[in-house]
Amino acid sequence: MFRAALVQTACYLGDIERNCQLHLEHIEAARAEGVDLIVFPELALTGYFIRDMVPDVALPADAPAIRRLIEAAGNADLVLGFVEESAGHRFYNAALYASGGEILHVHRKVYLPTYGLFGEGRYFARGERVRAFDTARFGRVGLVVCEDFWHLSVATIMQAEGVDVLICIANSPARGMAGETIGTAETYDLFTRTFARLLGAAVIFVNRVGFEDGLCFWGGSRVVDPAGSIVAEAALLDEALLVATIDTDEIRRQRIATPLSRDERLLLTTEELNRIRRARYEQ
Amino acid sequence: MNSDANADVLAINPHLVEQILTRFIRAEIHRTGFRRGVLGLSGGVDSSTVAVLAARALGPKNVLAVTMPYKTSSEATVHDSRRVVEALGVQTLDVPISEQIDAYFARFPEAPKLRLANKCARERMTVLYDQSAAFEGLVIGTSNKSELLLGYSTQFGDLASAINPVGDLYKTQLRVLAEHLGVPRPILDKTPTGDLWVGQTDEGELGFSYDEVDQLLVLAVDRRMGRDALLRRGFKADFVDRVMEMVRRNQYKRQPPVIAKLSHRTMDRDFRYARDWGT
Repeated sequence: MFRAALVQTACYLGDIERNCQLHLEHIEAARAEGVDLIVFPELALTGYFIRDMVPDVALPADAPAIRRLIEAAGNADLVLGFVEESAGHRFYNAALYASGGEILHVHRKVYLPTYGLFGEGRYFARGERVRAFDTARFGRVGLVVCEDFWHLSVATIMQAEGVDVLICIANSPARGMAGETIGTAETYDLFTRTFARLLGAAVIFVNRVGFEDGLCFWGGSRVVDPAGSIVAEAALLDEALLVATIDTDEIRRQRIATPLSRDERLLLTTEELNRIRRARYEQ
Repeated sequence: MNSDANADVLAINPHLVEQILTRFIRAEIHRTGFRRGVLGLSGGVDSSTVAVLAARALGPKNVLAVTMPYKTSSEATVHDSRRVVEALGVQTLDVPISEQIDAYFARFPEAPKLRLANKCARERMTVLYDQSAAFEGLVIGTSNKSELLLGYSTQFGDLASAINPVGDLYKTQLRVLAEHLGVPRPILDKTPTGDLWVGQTDEGELGFSYDEVDQLLVLAVDRRMGRDALLRRGFKADFVDRVMEMVRRNQYKRQPPVIAKLSHRTMDRDFRYARDWGT
């Protein structure tokens, strides 16, 4: 059992200082709830439509501002979304996982949406790795960012990595108003519950709220258990600090009942993918 | 054309849309340091809907609805706008524009009625922007997606605003939202008119109804259907061609002026910042 705080927050577009202050306030509120894990949305330190501001708001992962937030989290593990500047001056849409005062993992968004209303490929470098990591309290954790979650390959790799908890942080804008709920919320409802079941893992989805240039970020942050049931869910559209208890025994029970990951044929999959790769790239 | 087959493509969940648009108005006004909004109220369904949204978003006392009749504006229009604002409890101001318009056109008596109509639209814009300074509020626009796509609007006139909550709703969808918001029946049932001259109606001037054109626009624009697919859906070729030509020809009204590029960083081309930069 562990308790996670999903911080469904709005932020100031391109104002790191004020966003850091907001983070400190949210971390304090989450710690008052006695949580083990605090998760912020994608790019919560910078805002989403930062465009030409990207170099101005970028930080190395070991920046003092980030260090300060990690320290503020104390005993709780912490997930942050920010723009990471590499030593070679590339800029990544990044997610950081810290535990016990140390950075355990940085995931650089692999799939940068550059279509429709999105233009991330213009401003960010693409991440080149999809990897899980071990944590002291929550088993093996996978951390992905928004569009990464729309790619089956990412879920497949995370399944092969044997993740117990899959965290997706997002800045998902609302589109589609015909149905019971927002169109993009329907898609994430489908994906979070499907991937939880297919991986036999808990899924933590944290999406921001607020507006940028008329775009509405819809929130709806949630925790889904390995059976695909929603454990807790924040309301749409408004700020929320959602605290959810995640029962890690549920992972074991689900993997006994439906051992999909055990039965995966990794060698078969890689052989077939290699055959396709050879046909496509080596002719 | 079997309109029933296409009816669902314009469906909206008005409750959801209201939730988003009230938050949009509040967020986009508050982030600039303002708390209030100003809008031009014609008595039509678009401006009445925006007035309701703004009142719910900001509180009625923080909304100023300005009526700006010209001498040919219909009595019914003035009466209907009054009903809306009285029901909402928003602040109101009546600024007739006949004197300044007539003073100008006394010099150009030969001007056709379209020039008069556009001049009225731009006069109303300057009144709204001046009143926005006095009221310390942002101008809230009322142009819907049908008008924006067809270019059925006056550049720097009714198109001018700081924020527009209804610019991504077709007229047909806006009516659904209006009904959900409790906009009075006579306004919902009113024939759309720009009140540009006596007896003018949008649909009479355009030559088609919003119901018809919205079906076409949503498929062509939102669903990206090409000409052949639209003809297969039963739309007439000359209707499709005429409407799509209006959409193309009026693109300039939906854009800031074109800047001749000379330097390495030019506004809106490679000097790219969100409007909400820093807020």
